[in-house]
Amino acid sequence: MSRFTELKAVDPAILDNVPQEAGSAKPDAILTATGITRRFGGLVAVDVNHLEVQRGLITALIGPNGAGKTTFFNLITGFDAPDEGSWTFEGKPMGALAPHKVARQGMVRTFQLTKALSKITVIENMKLGAPSQSGENFFKALLHPLWRDQEKDIEEKADALLERFKLNHMREEFAGTLSGGQRKLLEMARALMTDPKLIMLDEPMAGVNPALTQSLLEHVKSLRDEGRTVIFVEHDMDVVRDVSDWVVVMAEGGIIAEGPHSAIGENKAVVDAYLGTTHDTALVFNEETTAKIDSAKIDSAKIADTAVTTEIEDPQ
Amino acid sequence: MDWGQIFTFTAESAFGTQAMYFAIAAIGLNIHFGYTGLLNFGHAGFMTCGAYGLAIPLAGGEIWGFEWGQQAMWKGVLIGLIAAGIFGLLLGIPTLRLRADYLAIVTIASAEILRIVVRATSLRGLTGGSNGINGFTTSFQNARPSFLDDGFLGYSSRQSWVLMLGWIFVLFAVGFTYLLIHSPWGRVVKAVREDEDAARALGKNAYSVKMQSLVLGGLFGAIGGMFFVLAQGSVQPTPQDFGTPKTFFIWVAVILGGTARLWGPVIGSIMFSGLLAFTDTSLREAVRADYIPDSILDGVQVGQMRFILLGLGLMLLMVFRPQGIFGDKRELALDAR
Repeated sequence: MSRFTELKAVDPAILDNVPQEAGSAKPDAILTATGITRRFGGLVAVDVNHLEVQRGLITALIGPNGAGKTTFFNLITGFDAPDEGSWTFEGKPMGALAPHKVARQGMVRTFQLTKALSKITVIENMKLGAPSQSGENFFKALLHPLWRDQEKDIEEKADALLERFKLNHMREEFAGTLSGGQRKLLEMARALMTDPKLIMLDEPMAGVNPALTQSLLEHVKSLRDEGRTVIFVEHDMDVVRDVSDWVVVMAEGGIIAEGPHSAIGENKAVVDAYLGTTHDTALVFNEETTAKIDSAKIDSAKIADTAVTTEIEDPQ
Repeated sequence: MDWGQIFTFTAESAFGTQAMYFAIAAIGLNIHFGYTGLLNFGHAGFMTCGAYGLAIPLAGGEIWGFEWGQQAMWKGVLIGLIAAGIFGLLLGIPTLRLRADYLAIVTIASAEILRIVVRATSLRGLTGGSNGINGFTTSFQNARPSFLDDGFLGYSSRQSWVLMLGWIFVLFAVGFTYLLIHSPWGRVVKAVREDEDAARALGKNAYSVKMQSLVLGGLFGAIGGMFFVLAQGSVQPTPQDFGTPKTFFIWVAVILGGTARLWGPVIGSIMFSGLLAFTDTSLREAVRADYIPDSILDGVQVGQMRFILLGLGLMLLMVFRPQGIFGDKRELALDAR
């Protein structure tokens, strides 16, 4: 519970004086990444020079398909190892930490393809998220009294979260019976069981109907109000406009722009990355850049994206 | 047809030594596959560790200038368990970080390697080579309480002593598994089975938990192997006793009963042994009574036929009740999503 009380809400106005450029320094960064590179053979999937994420606010990570957003998530959370680079979380260096250790530091993630644990009930899914349950130790597990009281606290917390996410009517059902949107809710609620300082949501709104999107948005905002830091990947610009305090744009593995959502729409580099470079300027014959940017648009980039996810399935 | 005999023989087999040690080994395999999702195709390897670990110290022997007399029972049990634990660690260290199929490949090969190594001629002083080890159960049988001297329910005195201890151990193992699986540890194990990455993302050390499960299930396998050789009175490094067929029979028992069910492996083992005995005796009786003419099936072929019938039964089970006897159909429906 001590980690919980440390959190306090941050006023988004704190970012008003931050320069709107890629790699800009934040007043109070919770996550700082420098020089992170990940190559898959000849493909440079991620090449981030510098990124700082402001504590207590919602940062959106956007970019065309194949920009390296999910790979970047995987690198930061220990599910994949970068070829180069280092990053700190709360001032502590994080490189080469196993995923479960990253999570224990207070940095928890969700997945693009929702990972509800199908054959486990909703309430057990929730209880799994609780950190430092001593009954997870093999020898203590056999002695019920050693962890009974803790389990009771965890269950109360889980029930409270289920109520908040309106899943309490599904409490005893297998998680596999939930709808797609409910799974997203469950995954978010389960992540909250760990009391994270930083929560990383990979496409939390993908495949969710508009009505549920609204309630998911409210939940994301409520995380900020609790003082938690949120980074989320999203393709829906309405969503990004609605909740984000700061937007980071990735393309071809690198960060090309940063700023509040109002400024991002006018940023030329961003428009170029999404639409191609030749839309309003004279055709500049530069084989390398045009070829690269075209590939960001067409499906070949998507193929690279799937290649990335398959590689990650067996880390190390 | 002597139905009385068919019935007696079936009942005796259903609760006999084979069902008993199958149940113990199957409980271990159920921890591996049912609860943790580990594809262990080398359960016979764990049984080999237990069997030889017990028999070698108990029998006494000599190799490479070392000589040891007949040791106390507890030393044999301890050595068997340690051997199985080491076997589990050796299997797990390279494979548990990889995808599930790698463990399957490595276990099936390792169990065969182990069986071939123990029958090596150069190890004759230790393991008896291809002759195996005989006559190590004397001290065990000497400890038999006198009320079993006349046997029990038609089982011989020697058998009933093994059976009594064995079935008591089955109850203990079921209780032990119950406590573990209904604890937070069990929750993590099941989460790892469902999705390792999700468990990792929530701060659970999937590798460590899988290793614990592999070793624990292996220890049950080893104890199953010990009861097997205690009942049989000898250790023989044959494929039927410690090879892949044994592994797959135990798999059949687990699936028959229903995976990830507490009593599944026990009921599965009882049914496996019972069905095998039933088909065997009823076919034999039918052949003897000339209900089945010799031109179709003779007494010698019955031994093969019973496995064919068992396989047919298993196929029918998979078609009409794919979740096994105790399984939950709702769970299977989730897989299809």
